[in-house]
Amino acid sequence: MYAHMVKSEATSEDPEMLAAFQARIDAGEKIEPKDWMPAGYRKTLIRQIGQHAHSEIVGQLPEGNWITRAPTLERKANLLAKVQDEAGHGLYLYCAAETLGVSRDEMTEMLLDGRMKYSSIFNYPTLTWADMGAVGWLVDGAAIMNQVPLQRTSYGPYARAMVRICKEESFHQRQGFHVMMSMVKGTEDQKRMAQDALNRFWFPALMMFGPSDKDSVHSRQSMAWKIKMNTNDELRQKFVDETVPQAEYLGLTVPDKKLKWNEETGHYDFAEPDWSEFFEVIKGNGPCNKERIAARQKAWDDGAWVREAMMAHAEKKRARKLAAE
Amino acid sequence: MSKEWPLWEVFIRGQHGMSHRHVGSIHAADAEHAVKNARDVYTRRNEGVSIWVVEAEKITASSPSDKGPLYDPARDKVYRHPTFYDIPDEVGKM
Ligand SMILES: [Fe+2]
Ligand SMILES: [Fe+2]
Repeated sequence: MYAHMVKSEATSEDPEMLAAFQARIDAGEKIEPKDWMPAGYRKTLIRQIGQHAHSEIVGQLPEGNWITRAPTLERKANLLAKVQDEAGHGLYLYCAAETLGVSRDEMTEMLLDGRMKYSSIFNYPTLTWADMGAVGWLVDGAAIMNQVPLQRTSYGPYARAMVRICKEESFHQRQGFHVMMSMVKGTEDQKRMAQDALNRFWFPALMMFGPSDKDSVHSRQSMAWKIKMNTNDELRQKFVDETVPQAEYLGLTVPDKKLKWNEETGHYDFAEPDWSEFFEVIKGNGPCNKERIAARQKAWDDGAWVREAMMAHAEKKRARKLAAE
Repeated sequence: MSKEWPLWEVFIRGQHGMSHRHVGSIHAADAEHAVKNARDVYTRRNEGVSIWVVEAEKITASSPSDKGPLYDPARDKVYRHPTFYDIPDEVGKM
């Protein structure tokens, strides 16, 4: 997902303390920043929340690409508000990660030098206006699927950030679907653009949930700690089941020949995405990886003098106030 | 590497006359800047009518290991709750 492939860290602490910690989680208690926690829990969370935060921030880029070219003033205002929300989501999450003892600057540096990742989906380009529809509908739709259960995660600051995010997220998906609705009601060309956007984003959206992890030890540990609430396959299935009827409503075809309603299971059967493509994208070889990191690097470098000047100004004001007292 | 902007905790009073409530934190160079950032980050949908910001390092918190000594004494004082006192029905609402 936004934080896929996060490996849980092994933990080697006093078994009694570990058991007491697990009991708190099993009882549904929230873990708060100053509480004792296993080093592995802390490290895994830093990686997961940091990756989630980076995804929100980098996720602004493919959509920011279209703000100045939105077809109407209303769509422009909608998209601007949506992208601004994503910046907010990134900030909520960075703050949640910071309560675990990592600084925002450290996390940014780890993103820029590749030690930390962000969601693979944002390494795909947004080629037409219809992609703004597909991204809101499918990418935010997939994100919601993952984020709703995380509101119950065991780490208090993370859970609270998730609650705020989920409140804002449904507008994102609806505005995307709304764009799709107007595209399919438009000219033949516009309808074709909508279908093309779905074709390109369907499988990358399925990849957002990450490869199957039902046998993964890491995933089992994270689920015991309640920092992962469902397996990747469960969430992917839920996403397909909810999205296919929406595509039908739009009169669009999901680009999967294997897609079929299964009467017995009560779910859709569907084709797996190409996982070799996924691993290539994660490794840095997706269509836009270099461009995305370059954009983040430029923003970081260009903003350096602002960050420094604000601090210098604040210090000068403080000194002046002290002198006057 | 320049110094990071300090961390501020943000408290917001919602529309309906409730107390300020902690909503999260932000980074800012000084208090004025912190209020501006808090406005941008935490009140994009009319969530509040008043913002407080406090530098995070100025906050003194009770420690989690004090949980027992701090709160246990309150637990056995059930007589602090109205339901401890049985009042006959004929007395009426009290
Ligand atoms: Fe978001
Ligand atoms: Fe979103």
